Amino acid sequence: MLWILIALIFLGSLGYVLGRQRAMASAGGDRRELHSLPNYYGLNVTLLTLVPALLVLGLWLIIQPIAVERMVERQIPNPYMEQVENPTLLMTEIRRLALGIDTAIERGFLNAEDASNLASDSDIRAQLAEAGVALGADVSETVLLAAQSFRALNATGNTWMLITVFALAFAGLAYAYARTHKDLRARNRVEYAILSILVVASSLAILTTVGIVLSMLWDTRNFFQLYPWQDFFFGLEWRPSFEGGSELGLIPLLWGTLYISLIALLVAVPIGLFAAIYMAEYATKRVRSVAKPLIEVLAGIPTIVYGLFALITVGPMLRDYFAQPLGLGDSSSSVMTAGIVMGIMLIPFVSSLSDDIINSVPQSLRDGSYGLGATQSETVKQVILPAALPGIVGAVLLAASRAIGETMIVVLGAGAAARLDLNPFEAMTTVTVKIVGQLTGDTDFSSPEALVAFALGLTLFVITLALNIFALYIVRKYREQYD
Amino acid sequence: MEGSNMNDMSQIDQGVAVDTLKMRARGVDVYYGDNHAIKEVDVDIADKTVTAFIGPSGCGKSTFLRVLNRMNDTIDICRVEGDVTLEGEDIYDPKVDPVQLRAKVGMVFQKPNPFPKSIFDNVAYGPRIHGLAQNKADLENIVEKSLRRAALWDEVKDRLTAPGTGLSGGQQQRLCIARAVATSPEVLLMDEPCSALDPIATAQVEELIDELRSRFSVVIVTHSMQQAARVSQKTAFFHLGNLVEFDDTDTIFTNPSDPRTESYITGRIG
Repeated sequence: MLWILIALIFLGSLGYVLGRQRAMASAGGDRRELHSLPNYYGLNVTLLTLVPALLVLGLWLIIQPIAVERMVERQIPNPYMEQVENPTLLMTEIRRLALGIDTAIERGFLNAEDASNLASDSDIRAQLAEAGVALGADVSETVLLAAQSFRALNATGNTWMLITVFALAFAGLAYAYARTHKDLRARNRVEYAILSILVVASSLAILTTVGIVLSMLWDTRNFFQLYPWQDFFFGLEWRPSFEGGSELGLIPLLWGTLYISLIALLVAVPIGLFAAIYMAEYATKRVRSVAKPLIEVLAGIPTIVYGLFALITVGPMLRDYFAQPLGLGDSSSSVMTAGIVMGIMLIPFVSSLSDDIINSVPQSLRDGSYGLGATQSETVKQVILPAALPGIVGAVLLAASRAIGETMIVVLGAGAAARLDLNPFEAMTTVTVKIVGQLTGDTDFSSPEALVAFALGLTLFVITLALNIFALYIVRKYREQYD
Repeated sequence: MEGSNMNDMSQIDQGVAVDTLKMRARGVDVYYGDNHAIKEVDVDIADKTVTAFIGPSGCGKSTFLRVLNRMNDTIDICRVEGDVTLEGEDIYDPKVDPVQLRAKVGMVFQKPNPFPKSIFDNVAYGPRIHGLAQNKADLENIVEKSLRRAALWDEVKDRLTAPGTGLSGGQQQRLCIARAVATSPEVLLMDEPCSALDPIATAQVEELIDELRSRFSVVIVTHSMQQAARVSQKTAFFHLGNLVEFDDTDTIFTNPSDPRTESYITGRIG
């Protein structure tokens, strides 16, 4: 693989030099005669050499394994296929054997001729183990035949891949070289290539989102085939049991999520906003230059560390000084613990975004207000905050999305017990924690208990998406009014 | 032609105007850090008079204007020395609250800067924070009077709840004037109020300034000498931080005593 890339890059560089020279030659050595700078002619040839070849190489590498497996599968006789419990496992076995033989040849334990003459009655498993390849089971005649044809097909595929890729590279090189002439608009072509790179980069980001949603949609659909959706969306109990008869109600988890997020926002929004107002309007330059980075350090702390803080400090403190004296419970993991610690985590989000927004309110508005005899706090309250409101709402909703998606602080701060309760000193849990819970350990991906994680994930995704759309709507609506 | 007409009119007005002293500045120096921006300036602002500050860019006329209502306090590195009095009281006395002072000495800025609020709330802003209205009806009355005085009432009376930022540039500037007028200031400072406006809006604002003179004393900074000649009775010419000449507008424009003034007015410096 590596040498193919090196060879292609060499061809590309060669194309650059040739293209540049030919362009200069066609202009009689006077670069002012050229339509574009000489470099662009070189780059144009390089691009035409490399791009089609690399594209085909990439596609080939994706498609070949799939095609080969299909073809091998078709060769396995039907009666044998019917005996096998799990066709996917059979395919894995064949692939392992084929790759194992290749490895053995590479390491010198087998020569190519021996490899193609291997017989199923000889102890292949032992032979390969010698070469450092571990096989799961003894090799049957069918598997060996399939593996041999797997190897053969792969070898042919690889040869054709090489031929195609290099043919394309040479064809591109020759074509671009032949077209190179002083009037060729090389600069525009290279610009176009750069544009395509930018377009590909942004579509990759979008396609990834779509891909994530689609993969979750698929498994969610599987889940709803096994478990009624009414019971999921309206169920008040969360009691998964892998022996069957689970109750997988969303409501207690959603309640925990929203309750903890609400407390977190009640902590983060006032503190963050007041800090931002102080930083933007009152603090002197020196205070600001020290305090602002200090606040932002909070944003860099990993959430698991916040979780530890919740577990060993905040939780016991709340229990000893509030929950027990008030008779509200004696659990150190509680909604309150997780909410407060998560709120602390969100302070820098709110404050740093709000600070930027307050700073971007034009100075002329402040002057106008001071010029009318308003004090600083009147100006902040009546002019600056209303002007900055859409941005601040956006910051708060962004913080809310973070709170809803947070996991580690909840695990360590609020526990893992799904419960529907109003008491904030009771342990509860959130959607994210249960997603982790359902997928860790030995999971069977055909049971509703595991698949429910995807339904939970999708629900969470929809909630945060709705929140973001709502934030955008708010910001747009007010911006129209104020700009 | 129009300019000379206005001059004739202002000459007549001047005779009628009561020439009482409103603000008085003596030996004012302003420093921005190490930069000596205003040097030893003496100016008298008479009541019910329009005083114009003219001069080339960077001559300190806007800085001096901001001395008169202590707007320079909001700039950290700015330092003011000298005596400035409003009706005999030193406005830089530590006992004076700059916030109270600015309610008495209102300001209109170069760029229209309506708040992101409704037209009504923009005008009601000052009266609300200073508690000038007894009740809601009183506040509505103040807002209407101020908007009428700024010659904006007829254009906006049907949409007082619409955002002030949705008005045109000239309307926004008149809204800012209404906003300043609503606190009933004694002196109104205007920092190049027409520089962001088109000729028609400029004419409207100039007409307005002439009307405002019946109730307040107005100080206007302007780049346009025609404007100074049209609207003012007194003119001060600043150059490189010095007050070169301060006299009746007619004298400055027809018979300046300092050669620098004459050079500026005839377009040789500036």
